[in-house]
Amino acid sequence: MDKTMRPFQAFTVPVVAVVLGLVVGAVLMLILGYNPFNGYVAMFQGIFGSLYNIGETLRMVTPLIFTGLAVAFAFRTGLFNIGVEGQFMIGQLAALYVGIMWKLPTGIHAAVALLAAMIAGGLWAAIAGFLKARMRIHEVITTIMLNYIALYTSNYVISHFLKSETERSKDILPTASLKAPLLSVMFDNARIHWGILISLLFAVIAYWLLFKTVLGYELRAVGFNPHAAEYAGMNVSRNIVLSMAISGMIAAAGGACETLGVYGYMSIAAGFSGIGFDGIAVALIGANNPFGVILSALLFGGLTYGSNNMQMVENIPTEIIRVVMALIIFFVAAGGFVKWLLGVFRRRQEVQK
Amino acid sequence: MAVSALVETVLNNTIMYSTPLILGALGGVVSERAGVVNIALEGLMTIGAFAAAVTTIFVGEQLGLSGLAPWAGLLAAMLCGVLFSLPHAVASIHFKADQVVSGVALNFLAAGFSIFMVKRLFNGSAQTTTVQFPFNKITIPGLTDVPVIGKGIFSSYPTSYIAFLLVFVFWLILYKTPFGLRLRAIGEHPRAADTLGVNVYNYRYIAVMISGALAGLGGAGMSIAITGVFQQNTISGHGFMALAAMIFGKWHPVGAMGAALFFGFATALAASGQVLGLTKYVPSELLNMLPYLLTILALAGVVGKAEAPAADGKPYEKGQR
Repeated sequence: MDKTMRPFQAFTVPVVAVVLGLVVGAVLMLILGYNPFNGYVAMFQGIFGSLYNIGETLRMVTPLIFTGLAVAFAFRTGLFNIGVEGQFMIGQLAALYVGIMWKLPTGIHAAVALLAAMIAGGLWAAIAGFLKARMRIHEVITTIMLNYIALYTSNYVISHFLKSETERSKDILPTASLKAPLLSVMFDNARIHWGILISLLFAVIAYWLLFKTVLGYELRAVGFNPHAAEYAGMNVSRNIVLSMAISGMIAAAGGACETLGVYGYMSIAAGFSGIGFDGIAVALIGANNPFGVILSALLFGGLTYGSNNMQMVENIPTEIIRVVMALIIFFVAAGGFVKWLLGVFRRRQEVQK
Repeated sequence: MAVSALVETVLNNTIMYSTPLILGALGGVVSERAGVVNIALEGLMTIGAFAAAVTTIFVGEQLGLSGLAPWAGLLAAMLCGVLFSLPHAVASIHFKADQVVSGVALNFLAAGFSIFMVKRLFNGSAQTTTVQFPFNKITIPGLTDVPVIGKGIFSSYPTSYIAFLLVFVFWLILYKTPFGLRLRAIGEHPRAADTLGVNVYNYRYIAVMISGALAGLGGAGMSIAITGVFQQNTISGHGFMALAAMIFGKWHPVGAMGAALFFGFATALAASGQVLGLTKYVPSELLNMLPYLLTILALAGVVGKAEAPAADGKPYEKGQR
């Protein structure tokens, strides 16, 4: 029996986790006096109900693919990058700066802005990598601190160099836009943009880099056992800095796409958007696999976007969906629980036969 | 402003800002010393802040027990902290879940659940009403007469006194009692502890529940002492800061307190900088950044390598080699 279960397990555990999460969410809604059936119908209509909704859901999914990839990449190399939130912001800021201050032809401008964001985000994350490699300072602390520093840095740069009349930056020049009129028209004028394709490309590159190159092998080896990697002649310090930098570049590219593709400006923010923190959850549900990340970002972005419709139509607070997501993460994490449940289920079936 | 008044303000604010971090970090220390990673501090503090605010409002305004209300809030925060820590305990101890994943799940759960309940309890509003009977600062007569520091330190919220007391208590428990010795042994080498007849699972459950209670208290210190309201950004990031303080303090109660105090000090400096008109010379963003910048610099300069307990984050399976 064990042998037949193995190929399924990769899929069964997450799928069962999702179903269980939705079921427990429904029970919670029932207890609190909402109609879970109507609620979920409204939610799914919010996701798939129209071409516009599908397009907007994909827009919501795009940054989550980037941040999920960034976290997953670091995880695979043994680093816990809580700083994706800050790296995302630095990416937004760099792209914004180039998008407003530089003058370049259409298309090239956007590419340069994206590149600038990746360089800035890579360097930003490399600080944490350097401090870990050189001073043995835990990356969890430094990345948390760097998040706040990124927040205040971008507020400073926006308010001193890029400010418009209101509490936000000026708009980027149209030449730097990543808006995709072609895609947008296909989805009934939803704000879907080129970022979605770029994010998929990044997933492929991340997969190739991690699993098909010598560099990826080394990075993973260092994450798996730094002492053994050192003994095998790998440069552990360099690899730590490098994998943080790559993780930061992915996160920052996400920030750039969000700014260049959706808003075209950046607000002076009092706090974090949370997209980077959501990336942690996306990476974990996606089992830190780049393609798993795409699927879990679809799930996350879909549920988040759909929950708005649920609140609008059925008056059920969107937060219930955050609770459902938390439950899904729990069930994925406690895979042992799901397997145990499946085991009980299977045994009962066998008895009935 | 006279120098003594400035010192007083900065000291007072240092203690105020560091209190939630001290309690949260202490919770982290207890849990990780027993080998269970606690990324969930953020969520546990959120639940504590939520439970404390709602209970204090209910007990104070509906039941009319004004003076007792915040104390009831504290109790509720601890209880809810313990309750919410249980899923993390069950997942990571019993079902061998990845403890980081389960902690992240708990953070999500707490953030979603608390705001969901607030919307239900307060007619769709995303924040509670202002707590009418919050904790007020308690001045300790006699000690406030100590020159320079007296008024700064001995006129604080009750939660602050509790925090410092608990640091001492948990230092005693962890380092001077058999219970503490076993707890730490489990975090370093669970198999050895098991061989000696210590029930690894029970100890880990207790440690996680204690950390839930402490983090809950920390959250309560935020909502019913400092901000007087609970909303989405009441805790935003403080749990992660507490986590940082725990690592910075090398998984030691006193060390964690020191790190939290340092962080509170930098925050207080930034806050006073604005009052003093420093913003004329230094951008306010830089002042706000100061605590985080100083933490990195301090880590790079002063503190060396920080090593987690050896079995931290590793599920324990009886009979496995």
